[in-house]
Amino acid sequence: MKSSVIIFPGSNCDRDMDVALKKFGFKNQMVWHNDSNIPKSDLIVLPGGFSYGDYLRCGSIAGKSKIIKSVIDFANSGGLVLGICNGFQILTETGLLPGILQQNKYLNFICKNVFVKIKNKENKYFKKIKKEVLELHIAHNEGNYFCSNDELKSIEDNGQIAVTYCDHKGNEDEKNNPNGALKNIAGIFNKDKNILGMMPHPERMIDPFLSGEDGSLFFSNLIESL
Amino acid sequence: MKVKVIVTLKTGVLDPQGKAIQQTLNGMTFDNVSEVRQGKYFDIEVNESDENKAKSQVEVMCKKLLANLVIEDYKIL
Repeated sequence: MKSSVIIFPGSNCDRDMDVALKKFGFKNQMVWHNDSNIPKSDLIVLPGGFSYGDYLRCGSIAGKSKIIKSVIDFANSGGLVLGICNGFQILTETGLLPGILQQNKYLNFICKNVFVKIKNKENKYFKKIKKEVLELHIAHNEGNYFCSNDELKSIEDNGQIAVTYCDHKGNEDEKNNPNGALKNIAGIFNKDKNILGMMPHPERMIDPFLSGEDGSLFFSNLIESL
Repeated sequence: MKVKVIVTLKTGVLDPQGKAIQQTLNGMTFDNVSEVRQGKYFDIEVNESDENKAKSQVEVMCKKLLANLVIEDYKIL
């Protein structure tokens, strides 16, 4: 399976993602934002970081970069596109995913492990993961998911909520909502479930000695499902 | 010509920075400040002498890049 990770100026989780993808068997290539074509891929990843210094709005400039047209075409033809953290912000700015990530409710940069509940397994991203709750890492200043009431109803009706913040038992309450996100939303799909954007970083949880292994479940499922 | 744009958060959208500024102002004895909403201001120099043309171009810029219409409104001054 082939994957491509797009590097924007200011991306800083691109190499972690590269390590994670290769560890679980992907043939990964790095693609520069100023290229116009993406090599043949089964998966495109928009990594975390601070693309273009988070100028204007997080992800807004990357959302108009040269490479992005190829990403949009790939996504619209059914290709798998995964956006982590800043990648999620870029996906909302391109309009591939609904809503927007606003500044965290309490104005603080949050860097910690959190638990997220998998809300929909009928997709390639979570299909064969047996657990219901994963422990992943978040590190962001703008992760407060927001959309209009109509949009929220539409994403709920279409099963587009991918993961929500919760405690280790899966309770999705306000206490376990780190950033004020609407309905504790930590990640969403597009209608066809080929595009996933989420704030938590699975690529940071692939080593039992350093972090944890719930990210490993994510990547091993992904390569099996493709 | 120069076109000026103000981008503000839509009514009802949470503005934590505005709230923090309001609370700070209250703490500085400006007790009568009941709300602050923070926005963005752009000065855009367009090489176009026709004001209407320039403004209609800037309108497209607002919709496509300067404002995110999910949470923001724009005003061309």
